Amino acid sequence: MDRYMQMGEDAMNDRSFSKVNEIINHWERRVSNLIPILQEVQKEYRYLPEEVLTYVATALGMPPASVYGVATFYAQFSLEPKGKYVIKVCDGTACHVRGSEEVRYLVRKHIGLPEGVDTTSDLCFTVEKVACLGACGLAPVMTINDNDVYGQLTPEALQLVLDDLKKRSAAGEVH
Amino acid sequence: MPNTTHTNIRLHQMPAFRARCQEAFALGPDQVMILVGVGTCGLAAGGGQVLRAIQEELRLQAGAIRERGLDLEIRPTGCAGMCEAEVLVEVQRPGGHRVLYGKVKPDLARRIVAEDAVGGHPIVEWTVHRQDPGQTGNRAPAKQLHVVMENCGLIDPERIDHYIARGGYAGLERVLSGMTPLDVVKEVKQSGLRGRGGAGFPTGLKWEFAHKAAGDKKYVICNADEGDPGAFMDRSLLEGDPHAVLEGMIIGGYAIGADEGYIYCRAEYPLAIKRLRVAMEDAEKLGLLGENILGTGFSFRLHIKEGAGAFVCGEETALMASIMGERGMPRPRPPFPAQRGLWDKPTNINNVETWANVPRILARGFAWFAGIGTEKSKGTKVFALTGRVRNTGLAEVPMGLTLREIVYDIGGGIQHDRRFKAVQIGGPSGGCLPESLLDTPIDYDSLLRAGAMMGSGGMVVVDENTCMVELARYFMTFVQSESCGKCVPCREGTKQMLAILERIVAGKGEPEDIDLLEELGGAVKDGSLCGLGKSAPNPVLTTLRYFRDEFLCHVVDRRCPAGVCRALLSYSIDAAQCRGCTLCIKACPAGAITGERGKPHIIDAVRCIKCKACLEKCRFAAIRT
Repeated sequence: MDRYMQMGEDAMNDRSFSKVNEIINHWERRVSNLIPILQEVQKEYRYLPEEVLTYVATALGMPPASVYGVATFYAQFSLEPKGKYVIKVCDGTACHVRGSEEVRYLVRKHIGLPEGVDTTSDLCFTVEKVACLGACGLAPVMTINDNDVYGQLTPEALQLVLDDLKKRSAAGEVH
Repeated sequence: MPNTTHTNIRLHQMPAFRARCQEAFALGPDQVMILVGVGTCGLAAGGGQVLRAIQEELRLQAGAIRERGLDLEIRPTGCAGMCEAEVLVEVQRPGGHRVLYGKVKPDLARRIVAEDAVGGHPIVEWTVHRQDPGQTGNRAPAKQLHVVMENCGLIDPERIDHYIARGGYAGLERVLSGMTPLDVVKEVKQSGLRGRGGAGFPTGLKWEFAHKAAGDKKYVICNADEGDPGAFMDRSLLEGDPHAVLEGMIIGGYAIGADEGYIYCRAEYPLAIKRLRVAMEDAEKLGLLGENILGTGFSFRLHIKEGAGAFVCGEETALMASIMGERGMPRPRPPFPAQRGLWDKPTNINNVETWANVPRILARGFAWFAGIGTEKSKGTKVFALTGRVRNTGLAEVPMGLTLREIVYDIGGGIQHDRRFKAVQIGGPSGGCLPESLLDTPIDYDSLLRAGAMMGSGGMVVVDENTCMVELARYFMTFVQSESCGKCVPCREGTKQMLAILERIVAGKGEPEDIDLLEELGGAVKDGSLCGLGKSAPNPVLTTLRYFRDEFLCHVVDRRCPAGVCRALLSYSIDAAQCRGCTLCIKACPAGAITGERGKPHIIDAVRCIKCKACLEKCRFAAIRT
């Protein structure tokens, strides 16, 4: 099991939710800080586990349904575990007219994602289509784990990026 | 560095402090400055590697630099707007001598250091722009006028002393030197500034409402939730000149009587958020933000709220709900935020570009600002020019320039000499305007008359290879998935409109569908609660207005004239035209094309994903659709 999965598991097994508590306290247990709380929780677990949502609701003194409502409203939050590498393919207008559909097709094919699935079964890669990343001048664009931005993608350039990513992944690097 | 030695400056010390900043910012006699663009665009184009290459080369050249008595410095800057030419590297020498290089890769970066910065010989073939000593004038390229972008690409956005050296915080200084809050409101009103976020509401009037609203607690908000796909001017401003936005907000807070403000920035802009945080910290250290600003007794605190990915949060009431930790759903207005906003307190919301204009207006006076632009639209507007034009990037132009001037004179026309088809302006709330409207002057009112809107300033140019029906479907997919679901016309209407468009794109549309689309579009426009729904049908309605023939082609002739809608196409190779160059075989991502070099190739219709890659690569027009 890889290091990240292990971290998630450990956090989950820790019934005292000490890390979650820390986050909630940092944000002064205030309902108005629910979004930053969920953002940090997601950073910790790489998704929002259902029991954590319930725990956050209880800690903030609000109905779990309201927390669930916020968690499902915003595109950033995921109730499903995401891969170690999250590849975001921009589908803003500029990228769209410069071939982002093809980029996404190629990325998914390269990584071997079957239709209707966005995360590989080994939780290594997630491929997402996102609204504008704001680098329209360099369309089509994609990012890996929000750190690395790749612009003016061509099938050839994409091949290099993905080959490199697979190597890094096999070597156990995160980014 | 002046900013580390000073804390808590007093108002009367500002002129002397600015003079010191200017002295430090100006180049000394033996100084050579190497500027590298490391905004998000610059980084995407490899700015990080270029920066490292320059640093390495400087170390290698250390001996030569000492010998010549040079003082070389690297300055990371934000986006200068020329995205197509990223990575941009500029070499500056005293006396206004500057050489700008484009499309710089690490190898070229090393040469720039060795040959130009150290050796003194510019590399002519890679020069994008050159300014010799004695030559003055606006740094902006032809037809542009840089006001809010005047510092972008020139200063280090993480250095408050750079901003101050360039006249930053002079507006705030003037405001706190005896202007009453009402004076400030009046000044902004007289400047004629209108909201740059889309609708173009007069900013001064908005401030006046918030100023007059009763209450001891008020808020100001910066809307940095730039969600329009195809728009990135706010990101560039935040990354390239964050202090201008802060200064605008502090002035706004003073004018309406607020002591607290929020910047709501989308989480997709991590670099902008980072630079804002640095800017806030530096401004607080100097006493320009926080308690007792410049010793005048005026206090203003600022917070950053990161969005979580919801387009509707660009709508002001939804944005406030999101700041308060709720689902970002709009509510009916009135009451307007100026009466009841954040936590039911009077609140004033403006967008990034609007805020960035404020310090300039206060520093230079309303008359200067009102002298730029048209009668009813004052000042400049930054556009994000993208899509199928040669020069993509940001263009800040005086209001009133025509679309043609932007697309052809600034954008350099259409890539690969293809034919212009339309310009999509204003994102999912705007419209698609055809060639016949290219001479429309760009101001709030002319664009509304044409059925589009200024929006936040995204301008996506499409050519003959773009299908307008498919583009309309693209926008409808976007607004449909971003509809918050609160009101029926938007939630259900956009869904039905999308279903119809999908039917047409799939080759199953009927002529009646076109009338139905128009009828539904009208209903969604009239019946929706907030700006998202009210403007959601615009891309479809304008496309129907100006490109009706293309819709008819799809539903009557079952043909996609642009060769985009896959269900209506099948790709084949014209054996008479094909030279067997194998370019298409290499380009095909599905491996659907086979053939030997020198002999006509064949497309396997079953494996073909109709991605157009072969069509775009073929130099002999042999691909048939």
